Amino acid sequence: MTPGNFEYHAPTDIKQALALLIEYGEEAKILAGGHSLLPMMKLRFASPGHLIDLNRVQGLKGIREQGGMIHIGAMTTENELIASELLQKKCPLIPEAALWIADPQVRNCGTIGGDIAHGDPGNDHPAIMLVTEATFVLKGPKDERVVAANGFFLGTYSTQLNADEILTEIRVPVIAKGTGYAYCKLKRKTGDFATAAAAVQLQLDGNTCKKIAIALTNAGPTALRAKDAEAVLTGKAIDERLIEQAAQKAMAICDPAEDQRGDREYKTHMAGEMTRRAIRRALERARGK
Amino acid sequence: MAKKNISFTLNGGQVETLVEPRELLIHVLREQLGLTGSHIGCETSHCGACTVDFNGKSVKSCTVLAVQAEGGTVITVEGLAKNGALHPLQEGFMQEHGLQCGYCTPGMLMRSYRFLQEIPNPTEEQIRSGLSGNICRCTGYQNIVKAVQYAAKKLQATGGK
Amino acid sequence: MATVTEKMEREQKLEGVGCARKRKEDPRFIQGKGSYIDDIKLPGMLFGSIVRSPYAHARVKSINKAKALAVPGVVAVLVADDLKPVKLHWMPTLGGDVQAVLADKKVCFQMQEVAMVLGTDRYSAADGAAMVEVDYEELPAIVDPHKSMDKNAPIIREDIADKKEVGHGPRTHPNHIFTWDAGDKAGTDAVFASAPVTVKQEILNPRVHPCPLETCGCVASFDKITGQLTVYMTSQAPHLVRTVLAMLSGIPESKIRVIGGDIGGGFGNKVPVYPGYVVAIVASIVTGLPIKWIESRIENISTTGFARDYHGVGELAADKDGRIKALRFTALADHGAFNSHVSATKLPAGLFSICTGSYDIPKAYCKVDAVYTNKAPGGVAYRCSLRVTEAVYLIERMMDVLAQKVGVDKAEIRRRNFVKAEQFPYTTAFGWQLDSGNYHPALEKVLKAVDYAELRKEQAQKRAKGELMGIGISTFTEIVGAGPTKVCDILGIGLFDSCDIRVNPTGSAIARLGTMSQGQGHATTYAQIIATELGLPSSEIQIEEGDTDKAPYGAGTWGSRSTPVAGAAAARAARKIREKAKKIAAHLLEVAEGDLEWDVDRFKVKGNPSQTKTMKEIAMAAHTGNRPEGTEVGLEAVEYYDPPNLTYPFGAYVCVVDIDRHTGETKVRRFYALDDCGTRINPMIIEGQIHGGLTEAFAVAMGQAIPFDAEGNHLGNSLMDYFLPTAVETPKWETDYTVTPSPHHPIGAKGVAESPHVGGIPCFSNAVIDAFAHLGVTHMDMPHTAHNVWKTIHKLGLDKNP
Repeated sequence: MTPGNFEYHAPTDIKQALALLIEYGEEAKILAGGHSLLPMMKLRFASPGHLIDLNRVQGLKGIREQGGMIHIGAMTTENELIASELLQKKCPLIPEAALWIADPQVRNCGTIGGDIAHGDPGNDHPAIMLVTEATFVLKGPKDERVVAANGFFLGTYSTQLNADEILTEIRVPVIAKGTGYAYCKLKRKTGDFATAAAAVQLQLDGNTCKKIAIALTNAGPTALRAKDAEAVLTGKAIDERLIEQAAQKAMAICDPAEDQRGDREYKTHMAGEMTRRAIRRALERARGK
Repeated sequence: MAKKNISFTLNGGQVETLVEPRELLIHVLREQLGLTGSHIGCETSHCGACTVDFNGKSVKSCTVLAVQAEGGTVITVEGLAKNGALHPLQEGFMQEHGLQCGYCTPGMLMRSYRFLQEIPNPTEEQIRSGLSGNICRCTGYQNIVKAVQYAAKKLQATGGK
Repeated sequence: MATVTEKMEREQKLEGVGCARKRKEDPRFIQGKGSYIDDIKLPGMLFGSIVRSPYAHARVKSINKAKALAVPGVVAVLVADDLKPVKLHWMPTLGGDVQAVLADKKVCFQMQEVAMVLGTDRYSAADGAAMVEVDYEELPAIVDPHKSMDKNAPIIREDIADKKEVGHGPRTHPNHIFTWDAGDKAGTDAVFASAPVTVKQEILNPRVHPCPLETCGCVASFDKITGQLTVYMTSQAPHLVRTVLAMLSGIPESKIRVIGGDIGGGFGNKVPVYPGYVVAIVASIVTGLPIKWIESRIENISTTGFARDYHGVGELAADKDGRIKALRFTALADHGAFNSHVSATKLPAGLFSICTGSYDIPKAYCKVDAVYTNKAPGGVAYRCSLRVTEAVYLIERMMDVLAQKVGVDKAEIRRRNFVKAEQFPYTTAFGWQLDSGNYHPALEKVLKAVDYAELRKEQAQKRAKGELMGIGISTFTEIVGAGPTKVCDILGIGLFDSCDIRVNPTGSAIARLGTMSQGQGHATTYAQIIATELGLPSSEIQIEEGDTDKAPYGAGTWGSRSTPVAGAAAARAARKIREKAKKIAAHLLEVAEGDLEWDVDRFKVKGNPSQTKTMKEIAMAAHTGNRPEGTEVGLEAVEYYDPPNLTYPFGAYVCVVDIDRHTGETKVRRFYALDDCGTRINPMIIEGQIHGGLTEAFAVAMGQAIPFDAEGNHLGNSLMDYFLPTAVETPKWETDYTVTPSPHHPIGAKGVAESPHVGGIPCFSNAVIDAFAHLGVTHMDMPHTAHNVWKTIHKLGLDKNP
C-alpha cells in the first residue's frame, strides 16, 4: 500500500532527464503518468531507487501536423488525445482507442508514451501503432533515432527502447481520405484491460480493399500484427465469408496468457470476434456510414 | 530518504509541508494537512474514493506523489462549499439520496465537480461514463446520477460552477 | 375539511413514519466531515502492519525479527510467542471455534496473519513488515471441500484434531466441522420415493466477498493509568465485540469502550472479530500507546469474512402439474480454515431452513455438512441474512428447474405453489412461522408492469431467429430480524435489541440504540419512528449508536435486524413515554386518563378538542413540580425488546436479459423489483437500499468470484479482478411495492435491505439460464461472466458463423 524509499528527480529538460537515466542506470525508472508504475511500487513489485519524473520536462507535449505526419509528444495524456480535434480528423484510431483505456481520472494522467514504452501486452496503443505504421522518436544521450512501431515490441515488458533512451515523440501518418478504422475491445468492465481487442485500418478502392492493417491487443506477449488475416482481404471485395476467413487467420496467431479474463480458448475466439467486428466497423466508416 | 519541502495551493490557500518523496498525495492531504474527507478504498488505483481536483483535472490522489503537487493547485471536498454555502452538487446528493455510508461521496463529488465543467449539460449515459472511475457499493449509482443531474440543472440556471 | 388538513399539516411537520424526508446524517458526509476509523489520530499513535503467509498450508519453522527491528521507525514486532503470556495467540470465534490470532507453528490459509510490525507511521510499519523473515515448510493444501473429508486428507486443524466437536455437534473427521439438519427426513424420503415427478440439480453458490468500500480496521487505545481500553473499530456489533474483548482480555467489561463511529459499508464484512483487531489491542495494552491497524483492499478480499461457498444439491418432488409435495436440499459448506462466522448456537447453518421459500411445501428436509479447507475463514456475510441467500438461491433456481421439467410457465409454477393469503400466519415444514405475506398480488403486479405475456412472445420470436433472450423471475420470502432469544444467540447472548429515549424539558429528544448503521440511515429512520410515536419532529430527535459507553446493549446491525428488533424497541420505548405523558396530560388538564385521546402530537380531551396538551408542553411539565402524585420526574424510557418472531419480508422480481451469442456478454434490459417490507418508514431510504442490494446482486450473479489454484493461492484478489460494477455496467432499477404489515411488530415493519440481494441473485441467474432453456439447459453456475456464458454457447454451437 506504500512504496519503498527512493530518490525523486524532476528534471525540466530532456538532456537533464537523460543524464539522470545514465547516472542511476538500473536503479532508475522513468515516471510518466505513473498509473502503471506507482501501483506496482505500492505493492512493492517494483522498487527503483530513483524516479525520474518527466512531467516537468519541456518539449514532450503537444500534437501538431508536419509533413503528412501527426507528431504527438510522448507525455500527451489519454484525455488530451481524446480531446484533440486534429487527431479526430487525421488519426482517429488513436482517440478511439484512448476512449477504451481505464477511466476518466486515469486518462488524465496516463500518457501515450508510457502506454507504449511499458511493453505491457495488455496496453491498447501498441496495436494502434502497428496498424497505423507509426514511428517512435527515441532520444539517447548522444543521438536520436526514429524506429518503426513494427518491430519495436519484443516481448512482455520488453521493447527496443534502450536503458539510456527516452521515448519523446510518436509520429503517425495522416490518414488518406476514405480510410476506414475501428478499435473493438472486449472487456469485463469499464477500465479493464482487454480480454481481446482488434485494431483495423483500411482503404477501399471502389468496393475493393486496397490496403488493410489488423493488429491484436493482449493476444500474445506483445501486440500482434495479423498479416495472414490481412492477406485474405487485400485486393478483395470484403464480404462476410472473407471476414470469417480473416478472423480464423487472426485466431491462428493468438498465444494469450490465461488469467481471470479467460482461458486460451475463450480469448482466442474473442480475438477472432473482435477482428470481425473491427473489420465490419472499419468498412462502414470507409463507406461513409 | 531526505524530506522535501513542498508548497501548493490547497482549497484556495497556500500550504507548505515537508514530505518524503515516496509519500502519496492522499496520505499527505489526510495526515499532514488534516483533510480526511478524501478516502482510501484500494491500493490498485481502481476505486476512486481518493479523487481530488489537481491542476484542473480529476485525479486519483493515491496515484500521485505529494512531491508532484509542488506549485500546483489542489481542491478537495472540504473546498467545495463557499462561505458556508453548499455547492449545488452537495445539495443534489442530499436531495436525491445520492449517498448512504458516505465513503465514496467525497470522491464522487470531486469527480462530478470537474465533470460538470467538462460537460455542463450531460446525458445520463455521459454521467455514468464520466463517473466510471468511482466505485460505490451502497447506492447502485441511480441516485448519484440524479444528484448530478440536479446539480447540472442548478448550475446552468445560476451560471455557476 | 379544515381539521383534516390541519391534522395532515401537523403530521407533515413531524416528518415521521412514511415520510421520504432527507437524511439527517448527510451534512457531514457531503462536506468530508465523516469520522471513519482511518480518520482517527491520537497522540503517540503507532501503526500496525501485518506480515502474512504466502502459503495456504505450511509449518512456521522460525521467525526472525532482527532486520525488521532495525528499520527506522519500527518500534516492535509481535508474533504468537509475544501473545502467549496474555493467552491471546488464539481467540474464540463467533462460530464456536477458535482461531489463531497470529500463526502458532502453522498457517492454514494464504495470507494468514503471522506477525504485526508496529511503526511510528504507516510507511515505516510497511517497511518493517517487508523485512520480517519467516521460514516456512510448505504442506499440501486442500482447496476443494469435496476432498476435505477424504480418508488421507491432510489435517488442517491440528490444534483441534482430537476434539470430538467444535461447538455444533459430533465430528466424523478432523476436517469436519459439523453436520446440521432439519425437517422430516423419513417423511420426505418417502414422498420422493413415490412422487410422479422429481427433479435434482447440483447448484453452486460460489465464494464471493462483501467488499465494502472502506476496509476493516481499528484504533486501540489502552490507558495504563486508568486501565481503560478504548477501541474504535469498524464493527457492526460494538456491544458483542465489547463482551468478547472482556472475555478475551480479562479487563472488566465496564472498563472497555468500543466505538463504531462512521462505517463505510458493512454488508456483514464487519461483524467478525479479526486477528488484526486483537493484535492491535494487545499491542496497545503492552505499550500503553494507541495502535492503528487498517487493512489494504487485497488483505480485505483475501482474509476477512467471505460469503457463500455452498455446494448444494436441490431436489423437489411434485405432481405432474408442478405442485410440490416435498423438498430435499443438502449442501457441502466450505468454511475455510476456521469456523469464524457469526452463528447462533442452535443454527450453525444460519437460517438455511427458510429454503421452502414462498411455497406451501408439506414435507421438507435439509442438511448442511460443513468442512475446513485451506482458505480464509468466513461464510456468513454479504447481505445474506444468515445463509438466506444460499437458501433462496436454491429454491428459486429449483422452481425454474421444476417448471422446465413439467413444461409449466415459470410464473405459473410459482402461482400454483405459493402460500395463499388466507394461510397466514403460515408455519413452514421447518417450523418457521411466516408472519404475513400476500404473494399472488405481488407477482401479478410485477408481471403486469413488465407485460410478461408480451415478453414471452418476443422471446419465442427471438428464439426462432437464434437470438438469446432470457426472462428471470424470483418470488422470494426473506427471514430477517434475528431474533427471539430462545432460538437466536451469539456466544450465548440473545439477539434482543434496545432503545433508550430521553426527552428534554424543551421537547427535543435523544435516543440511543444497540444497533450500528453502516449507511442504512438509522439517524433518520429511528427518529421517524419515534417522531410518529411521540409527536415530536424527527429533526429534533437525535439518534446515537455505536458507543458502548452510551448506548444500551444490543446485537448490532446485520441480517436486516435493525428495524425488526431495535425499531420495535424504539416504538415501545416511545409508547412507554407516551403512557406516562398521558398521565401528566390528564393531570395538567384535570381530567381522567380515559377522557384523553392522542392526536398526532398532543392529547386532547374527548368531546372538548380545544383542551389539549402537546408532547412539548408535557415534556416541560415532566421536569417541574406540576406532576401527578407519585410520578417520577422526567420523560424517558428504555426498552429491551426480545422479538416473538423474526419478520418475513417478500418480493417479486423480474429480469429481462439479452445475451450476445458471440461473446457471452449479458445485457440486463430491464429489472423490475417489487418489495414488501410491511410498514414503510422512509420510502426514499427503502428505494436506496433496494438499488444498492440489487447492484450487489448483479455483481454476485454476473461476475464475482474468489478463485484459487490447486495450491490455495489467490488468483484474483484485487479490484483489478474482483468485479465491482461501475455506473456504466450497473443496470437501471425499477422499484415498486406492496404493504403487508407484520402482525407482531409494534409498527408493522419488517427489515428490507437484504431482500434485494437475496431475491436479486436468483433473478439474474434465472434470466441467464432461461435464455438457454429452450435448448434443454437447466442450470448454469454463477458467476455468469461472459466467459462462463460463452462456454455454454460454444458447447451448444450457438456461436457458429456462416
